[in-house]
Amino acid sequence: MVAAPADMASPVPVTARAQRFVRWLPAAVAVLVVALYVVFKNTAVLPHDDDASLFHWVNDARDWVDENRNTSPFFLFFVNYVRLGVAELFTLFQTALTALGWPGLVGVAAGLGWLAGGWRIAAVSVAAFAGIGVLGLWDASVDTLALTLSAVLLSLVIGIPIGVLAGRSPSVRRIVSPVLDVMQIMPTFSYLSPVVLLFLIGPASATIATMIYAIPPAIRITALAIERVSPTVVEASESLGATRWQTMRKVRLPMALNTITLGVNQTIAAALSMVPLVALIAAPGLGVDLIRALARVNVGAALVPGIGIVLIAIVLDRITRSAAVSRVRSRIVSWSGFAVLVVAGVALTPVLAPEFPEQWEIQIVRPINDVVNWIEGNWYGFTGFLNDTVAYGLLNPLQDVLTTAPWWLITLAVLAFAWRISGLRAGLIAAGCLVAIAALSLWEHSMETLTIVVVAAVITILAGALLGIGAARSRWFAAVLRPVLDAAQTMPSFSYLLPAVALFGNGRFTAIIASFIYAVPVVARLVEDGLRAVPGTVLEAARSAGSTDRQLLWKVQLPMARSSLLLAANQGIVMTLAMVVIGALVGAGALGYDVVAGISQQEDYGKGLVAGVALVLLGIMLDRITQGASGRLNPEKKRIA
Amino acid sequence: MGTAAIEVRGLWKIFGPKADRIIGSPDAELDSAALRAKTGCTAAVRDVSFEVRPGEVFVVMGLSGSGKSTLVRCLTRLIEPTGGDIAIGGEDVRGMSAAQLRELRRHRVSMVFQHFGLLPHRRVLDNVAYGLEIQGVAKAVRHEKARAILSLVGLEGHEDSYPDQLSGGMQQRVGLARALAVDPEVLLFDEPFSALDPLIRRDMQAEVVRLHREVGKTMVFITHDLSEALKLGERIAIMRNGSIVQVGTPEELVGAPADDYVADFVRDVPKSHVLSLRWISRQPDTDEPLDGPELPADTVIHDAIPAAMASARPIRVVADGELVGVVDRVDLLGAVRLGEAGGDPEHAALAGSTAEEA
Repeated sequence: MVAAPADMASPVPVTARAQRFVRWLPAAVAVLVVALYVVFKNTAVLPHDDDASLFHWVNDARDWVDENRNTSPFFLFFVNYVRLGVAELFTLFQTALTALGWPGLVGVAAGLGWLAGGWRIAAVSVAAFAGIGVLGLWDASVDTLALTLSAVLLSLVIGIPIGVLAGRSPSVRRIVSPVLDVMQIMPTFSYLSPVVLLFLIGPASATIATMIYAIPPAIRITALAIERVSPTVVEASESLGATRWQTMRKVRLPMALNTITLGVNQTIAAALSMVPLVALIAAPGLGVDLIRALARVNVGAALVPGIGIVLIAIVLDRITRSAAVSRVRSRIVSWSGFAVLVVAGVALTPVLAPEFPEQWEIQIVRPINDVVNWIEGNWYGFTGFLNDTVAYGLLNPLQDVLTTAPWWLITLAVLAFAWRISGLRAGLIAAGCLVAIAALSLWEHSMETLTIVVVAAVITILAGALLGIGAARSRWFAAVLRPVLDAAQTMPSFSYLLPAVALFGNGRFTAIIASFIYAVPVVARLVEDGLRAVPGTVLEAARSAGSTDRQLLWKVQLPMARSSLLLAANQGIVMTLAMVVIGALVGAGALGYDVVAGISQQEDYGKGLVAGVALVLLGIMLDRITQGASGRLNPEKKRIA
Repeated sequence: MGTAAIEVRGLWKIFGPKADRIIGSPDAELDSAALRAKTGCTAAVRDVSFEVRPGEVFVVMGLSGSGKSTLVRCLTRLIEPTGGDIAIGGEDVRGMSAAQLRELRRHRVSMVFQHFGLLPHRRVLDNVAYGLEIQGVAKAVRHEKARAILSLVGLEGHEDSYPDQLSGGMQQRVGLARALAVDPEVLLFDEPFSALDPLIRRDMQAEVVRLHREVGKTMVFITHDLSEALKLGERIAIMRNGSIVQVGTPEELVGAPADDYVADFVRDVPKSHVLSLRWISRQPDTDEPLDGPELPADTVIHDAIPAAMASARPIRVVADGELVGVVDRVDLLGAVRLGEAGGDPEHAALAGSTAEEA
């Protein structure tokens, strides 16, 4: 707070003056920042330099690793074995799935579907896998499935024990949880380069990169599930003389099982959303065609493998989700049905031939492209107008400001902004991230990425908030919106790039549209849940005092839902950043492009790896600005602490 | 350590940092608020001592926060006591190794919990057999035993249900069956019926009385409900702020409360239903006839009314064949009125005088 002038005789005006000062402080700071910008414009800017010494230094390090890969003990006895083991696991899955043949694989999927959720899920599995075959995606899908299953298996084998430990021991949790926080903010692109450095390109690296992205939900949800096991039941078990291991095996794990299955579901979803990205590091599968088609803006050719990934996602999602809820059914019926379906499938393999019959495949690339072309031709007036408005009206001016302002001024402005919203600590961390970015010689590209993120996040948060408020106020609207949002959340993230590309071609605006479609459902859901969580008695009291609907919203609901709104903003921003980075694949450029170029071109490796680090810093900065808020201004939390 | 089923001496449980240093120091005398302010510790159980006889139903009663649930958990070290001695069947519990403690919990002492603590993913039968399962008993044997116990608690035919398919009362019968299945010497009950609605609670209390008659286990029963305590307890310990204020039979608590706290507690209990003739008998006046009906001294006052109605002469109160006093209609009516009137000033006088006699 501000030190009040020593005017002891009249305390009232003093506090009033202090209050007025506090109220005007943000505006004053804003004016000051603008003034400093006008004065110092075009000084202390950090223009992009492809020859920054840091990049060369990283390249040299890479060269050293390449030279010593087969001599250094660290590689010889550890890294290389990991690579071989993971590659072996992938090959194992690939061989097994291929050997099953398409009828066998459909049979196994149907059997698992039956086991998890009865004939409906079994039918969904059969239909989805048949669809994959009909689209001519069978072989690529088997590769993708093998890679996903290897990564998920590794994530679970490593993640569940860590989760159990974290659920049982607060000290393990204190170590694990900040690491997971950072892992989840990290844009997926940022760890492709280091993974490739250690494990070379190929399925092993792809599996490991997928695992890094997919393991946090496995750990988090397992920890949560173990932690939430009813203490009474545990105590009852202990009171009967159970050992710790008996209590773990017979009480904690079985009681946590359903929740852990949901963790498996989330892990699979995360792994599948990595499919197109790991194609960049030479992973076989559906991602390869998708990336290639995206690069050529061939929407039809990209959409088909995209549909394949979505179909796989649907099957795995439905199976694991229903496995998490169902219980009551006779074991004999379940297992015999499973056995019948699997045996039938496997028995049909030699009869029907293991490869999916070509005469059943259909081609839909051309008709899709016809539709896309028609849209481009006929809607150009509208899409072009939108594109230009955002590009010239928002993106370019903002980018102009961010790249011509002195770096120290932007850092100070972020410090002040984050301080105001999330407290001093968060502000210092955010400013620290910016200083580090400046030191990484990637200031200009970072500001370009930041520009797109800011514009996309503002649009997303506004739209999401409106949708969420609408859904919270109207049951009818909520009933329409819910299933749409639910469906949107089970889709792998990159699939949102496709409609955006179809409508707007390549460019920054496409990335904005994709992140908008990606993040709006989550923002809307959080806002709606936050507003609905306002207690009915409070609303009733406000209404009985004669509030209008508008007063109710602005004076009661929104203030009381403050922490949910901030969480929504936080998630919106973090998700937007993730998508904008992937948007490099469709021409959004900047840091994301540096990463992609670093993977594909030897001499750009250093810049790519450093760009990955810059992305992490950017992510932490954006996260901190919004995340500390709920802790700082919630008096109840403070009291408990 | 004699023949007591459970013997507790100077038991302390203090939660908080460096709790063990507080016992024996001057801080131990502080009240809860002062102790917390000074050391950051909370004393849940303070210097508690009592004995439970074999086959006895011993009730520990107190309001929430009085430390009774902590106390019962200390008995088998589900909560590790900070200080004091516990002996079960003459064996020192605090000195037991982890393995010995497990054996104690597996075979000799089992517990029934307020919120049942059933395993939701197991059938009723496997819930009841759980204690035997972790002892390593073969499946066929433990299922047979569990079936027998289920029929003892009246749950035949529900073996294959899951806990969430049963009502609260039935779930607690499963909890009871699970505790009985290992055939322990001692059963501990931690407010087992307070989560149940009143009618079911009454049934379950009757069930415990019946089981106690049939299996004759030593029972330690925790409750915050005075009427439950009076109904079940052969002896009752009243706890307040971690300490035991008074231990005694229901009659002793109602007739001679040790302090105002206990007196306040038992004020609304109808005295004539708890107290015996011993509490109101007096020396006969010189001219009083001594040929009236004869009743044992431990007859509850309420049960003496028919005899008084049948004869106008004073009732002769006898114990061990000796005349200990007489009670006439006026005395009886006074005692009945007292109970119904509740906190009557005379009540204190009566309690005072009888306490002196006792």
